[in-house]
Amino acid sequence: MNSTTDSKKRLDLHFPKHFTIILVIAIILLVVSIITSLMLGARVVSYQELMDGLFYTNQDSYGANVVRKRISRTIFSLCCGVALGIAGVLMQAVTRNPLADPSILGVNTGATLFVVCGITFFNITTAGEYIWLALIGASITAVFVFGIGSMGRGGATPIKLLLAGAATSAALSSLVTAIIIPSAYAQDQFRFWQVGSVGSGNWDSIKIFIPFLIVGLFIAFLSAPALNALALGDDVATSLGIRPGVLRFFAIVAGVVLCGTATALAGPIGFIGLLATHAMRFVIGPDLRFLIPMSALAGAIILTFSDVVGRLIASPGELEVGILTAFIGAPILIILAKKSKVRSL
Amino acid sequence: MGNTHSFRADKLFSGYDNKTIIQGIDLEIPKNKISVIIGANGCGKSTLLKTVAKLIKPSEGDVTLDGKAINKYPPKQLARILGILPQSPVVPEGITVADLVGRGRFPHQSLFSGWSKKDYEAVEEAMEFMNITEFANHDIDELSGGQRQRVWIAMALAQQTDILLLDEPTTFLDITYQVEILDLLTSLNRKYGTTIVMVLHDINLSARYADYIFALHKGELVAEGKPSDVITTDLVKSIFDLNCVVIQDPISDTPLVIPKGRYHVKS
Repeated sequence: MNSTTDSKKRLDLHFPKHFTIILVIAIILLVVSIITSLMLGARVVSYQELMDGLFYTNQDSYGANVVRKRISRTIFSLCCGVALGIAGVLMQAVTRNPLADPSILGVNTGATLFVVCGITFFNITTAGEYIWLALIGASITAVFVFGIGSMGRGGATPIKLLLAGAATSAALSSLVTAIIIPSAYAQDQFRFWQVGSVGSGNWDSIKIFIPFLIVGLFIAFLSAPALNALALGDDVATSLGIRPGVLRFFAIVAGVVLCGTATALAGPIGFIGLLATHAMRFVIGPDLRFLIPMSALAGAIILTFSDVVGRLIASPGELEVGILTAFIGAPILIILAKKSKVRSL
Repeated sequence: MGNTHSFRADKLFSGYDNKTIIQGIDLEIPKNKISVIIGANGCGKSTLLKTVAKLIKPSEGDVTLDGKAINKYPPKQLARILGILPQSPVVPEGITVADLVGRGRFPHQSLFSGWSKKDYEAVEEAMEFMNITEFANHDIDELSGGQRQRVWIAMALAQQTDILLLDEPTTFLDITYQVEILDLLTSLNRKYGTTIVMVLHDINLSARYADYIFALHKGELVAEGKPSDVITTDLVKSIFDLNCVVIQDPISDTPLVIPKGRYHVKS
C-alpha cells in the first residue's frame, strides 16, 4: 500500500503537472479538428453523409464523395502539422532560443531557393521533384549555417547559429527575388507554391511524406533526453556525457527533413512550429520527452483548424492556410513573448 | 566507502584560441579528499578545472583517469565517473526542481531505456541529501540563490560520480549559504568518499574546507599540499600580491589570512 502511493508520488514528480488532463484535452481537440475538417468547407456535409463517406464505400452520394476527398486533405494537414511542430521544437532546443523556428536557421529559405531554381531553370512542376530540391536546399543551407556558426571560439553556440541563420536567410531571399523577377513563367508557378496550402494534399503527397516523417520523428524522440541535458548549457551537457556538436547535427538533420518535406509539399507555412511549441511549453513545461510529442499533436491541431477556418471565411473559395497561420500566429506569438519572460541566450 | 580512481594531469598546456593560459602543469588529485584550487583572478583556476573536466581540449599534455586519457573514454562512461558543475549553467524556463535534478541521470540511461527504479532512487537521494525534497515540484524560478545552488549540486549528485568538480560553487551567495554549501560538500565527501575538486574565491574558506590546496600563479602550479603547509605570508604575497598576516583560525585551527591594506593599520 505504502509502496504504491510512493511510486505514484514518484511518477507525479517526473511528469508535467496536470499532464493527463492536458493530454485528454489535446486528443479531444484533435478529434474535433479532424471531424470539422471532414464536414466543413464550401459544402457542409451532414452527419449521415460523413458516416457514409467514411464507412460505407458503396454509398455514392455527392456528400459521401466530398467527405472522401477531404480525407486525404485532412491526413496531409495532420502530417504537415506534426512535421512543423516537431521541427520547431527541435530548432528551439538546438539554438536554446524559445523564439527560434526553422526559418530562423535559413532552412525554409534554402528550400525555397532550390525549388525556385528548379521551377525557373529546369521547368520542374511536380511535388515528387520539389521535395528533393527542397531537401537539398534545406540541407545545404543548414550545413552552411552550421559551418559558419561553428567557426571561432566555443563551437556552434546558440547565438552564433542564430546570427549565421538570419544573415544567410536574408541573403538567400534576395537571391530568390533576383531569380524570379526576370521570368514571368516562374512568377506564375511560384505563386501557387509560395503561399502554403494543404489543399493540394492528396494520397500521392502523403505517400511521399510518410517515410520522411518517420525518420524525423524517430530521431526527434531518441534525442529528447540528450536535448534535455543540452538545455542546461553546453558545459553541463558535456559533463553528462554528450557531444553537443554531434547532438546538434542530428537534431538539425531531423528538423531539416521534417520542415523541408512539409515546405516542398505544401509550400512555406510559417508559425506552426513556433506556435505549437510555445503553447505546449506554456502548459506542460520544458521537459522535451513530453514537449516533443505534445508539440507534434498541437501542430496537427492548429494547422488542421486553421485550414478549416480558411475554408469557411472565404467560402465558397478558400483562404490558403499559410496566410491564415501568419495572421493567427503573429499576434499570439507577440502575446506569448511578452507574457512569458523570454530568457536571454 | 571510497573510490580508488587515479586522476592526474601531465605537462598540461591549455587555453582559449591561441592564448595559452595553463603553462605546463603536473598534478595528481588526492583520492577521497577535498581539493581546492586557489589563485588570483585570471591565473587560470577555471581554465585548469575545465581542462581536467574535458570541457576544454588541452593544447599539449594529457589528463588521465586510471591511466587512460579522458578523451579516450566513451563520453557516457566518463560521465559516470567524472562530473563537473560549471559556474553558470543555463536554467530552462519553467523547469521544476525534480526535472532538473533528474537530468543528471542521463549518463546512466541508454538510448532506448526509460527511467529505471535506480534513477528515481538516485534523484530522491540527491534531493534528500541537499535538503530540497520539499521543493521538488516547485519551479526553479521560485527559489532563492542558495536553494538554487543546492538544486544544481543535487543534479550533479544524481549523476553519482566518484569524482566531482565544481567551478566556484559559492560565488554570489551570502556567507550563510557559502558555509551551508561547503558543509554539504564536506558531508558528501565524508559519507561517500567522493573526490571533490573545486575552485573557490575565498582563501579563508578554502583553508578551512580543503584537505589539499593547489595554488596557481600565472598558469603555473606554485605550491600544493595541506592548507597549513601551503598558506603562508610569502605565498599570499607572491600569488595575490598582498601583504598579510596569517594567524590560526580560532574555530578550525586552519590558517586564517588577515590582509594588510594601506589604511586601518594600528601603529
